Amino acid sequence: MHDKIEDIEIRLLLEALFLKYHYDFRKYAAASVKRRLRQAKEAMGFETFSAMQEALLHDASMLPRLLGYLTVQVSEMFRDPSYFRAIREKVVPHLRTYPSLRLWVAGCSEGEELYSLVILFREEGLEDRTLFYATDINQDALARAEAGVFDLERIQHFTENHRQSGGHSSLSSYYSAAYGRASFDKTLRKQVVFADHSLVTDAVFAEMHLISCRNVLIYFDRELQDRAIGLFKDSLARKGFLGLGAKENLRFSGHAGAFLDFVREEKIYQRRTE
Amino acid sequence: MSAPGAIVIGASAGALEALSVLLPALPASFASPVFVVVHLPPDRKSILAEIFQAKCRIPVHEAEDKEPIMAGTIYFAPPNYHLLIETENSLALSSDEPVRYSRPSIDVLFESAADTYGPALTAIVLTGANPDGADGLRRIGLAGGTVLVQDPTEAMAPEMPLAALAACPTAQVLPLAGIASFLLGV
Ligand SMILES: C[S@@+](CC[C@H](N)C(=O)[O-])C[C@H]1O[C@@H](n2cnc3c(N)ncnc32)[C@H](O)[C@@H]1O
Repeated sequence: MHDKIEDIEIRLLLEALFLKYHYDFRKYAAASVKRRLRQAKEAMGFETFSAMQEALLHDASMLPRLLGYLTVQVSEMFRDPSYFRAIREKVVPHLRTYPSLRLWVAGCSEGEELYSLVILFREEGLEDRTLFYATDINQDALARAEAGVFDLERIQHFTENHRQSGGHSSLSSYYSAAYGRASFDKTLRKQVVFADHSLVTDAVFAEMHLISCRNVLIYFDRELQDRAIGLFKDSLARKGFLGLGAKENLRFSGHAGAFLDFVREEKIYQRRTE
Repeated sequence: MSAPGAIVIGASAGALEALSVLLPALPASFASPVFVVVHLPPDRKSILAEIFQAKCRIPVHEAEDKEPIMAGTIYFAPPNYHLLIETENSLALSSDEPVRYSRPSIDVLFESAADTYGPALTAIVLTGANPDGADGLRRIGLAGGTVLVQDPTEAMAPEMPLAALAACPTAQVLPLAGIASFLLGV
């Protein structure tokens, strides 16, 4: 029918990316990948995806730029405040009963979600007993997350979200502002481990009490979503919690039976005891 | 084998009134899926699916990620997410950046629908006060799809249909009543 050649070229490009660099986008949601690859092709000035593939195979310096297009770094602090409110009001009371905690922000992007949770845990008095793992496949994003610097113009929105999430401290007490930027306090990172980890190709690395993985699964096809959810299932302690993005759910997953709806409207699930 | 086809609709200011003419006109036997993007405030729940379920003779859903596509069903894009067509059997949502300040974006839906359905697609641009949808409509036209634009003189906000016509001059211009009868014939 229409433009099937382009589809073939895209498959070959993703195959090359995997074989040469071990980044596996072959089972990401196809329409979104195609859209982002078209943007990359245009911005990098290639006529065809085949030309792009050839360049990618022979020039490793193209990789970070391409990954920048393929991974979507759209985030905000306390995104969907009602989710963080539910973590605070419904999940935290359970977590309080543990002497030590491990929390995993999977697909942490530039750190917005991580800092939100660290601040929430500090407000609730749980930070010191918690080890936070923040993982992503995009190295640039991880480096930014580790730096904890955000454009000052985004802060007003973050502050409003924080307030709506039930935050009972002032967000401004966690950063210092200068030259149009807000630098978040390094003490917020003292309990954090940043790591390069892929939900597609990597394995379980620790037992978690809470996994927050928001707006990442939406970029996967169903099979890949299921792989990631299996990974979460295997990573969670008994009665551990899994929080997903507002439009993600376990309904179509083969692992759905291993979880209970904990806060249904906020896509927060609890691992069954078995 | 002829493809089952699909309908995509984009609208902004004045959408509710325009869709209230079009969607309830679809008969219970309507065979194609219908995907609708309406610009919405990002931080509030949308009640479009509920409103139209009460008025329509075919099922109306707010689209969910990786939801199977069913014939004769209307899908609305949820606020703050783009709606894309993955394959003829599945739709997808994405939280990519807004396109021309809009998420959901009509262009994003139209582009992915053009890729999936090609000539079996019918696209409709209705009333609205911004140019979203124009690029997407042009692509659908190039892919051989049927392209319709609401008569700008009748639209509550003419900018969107005018921009669509400028980008896709081959589009047919019809009043809402004409679009409704056109749909009954597909
Ligand atoms: C849209 S952002 C979501 C950021 C944040 N969690 C939120 O909800 O605001 C998606 C993130 O997932 C990351 N990502 C994509 N594929 C991944 C994978 N296979 N494993 C881990 N992270 C991945 C991207 O690099 C990006 O940082």
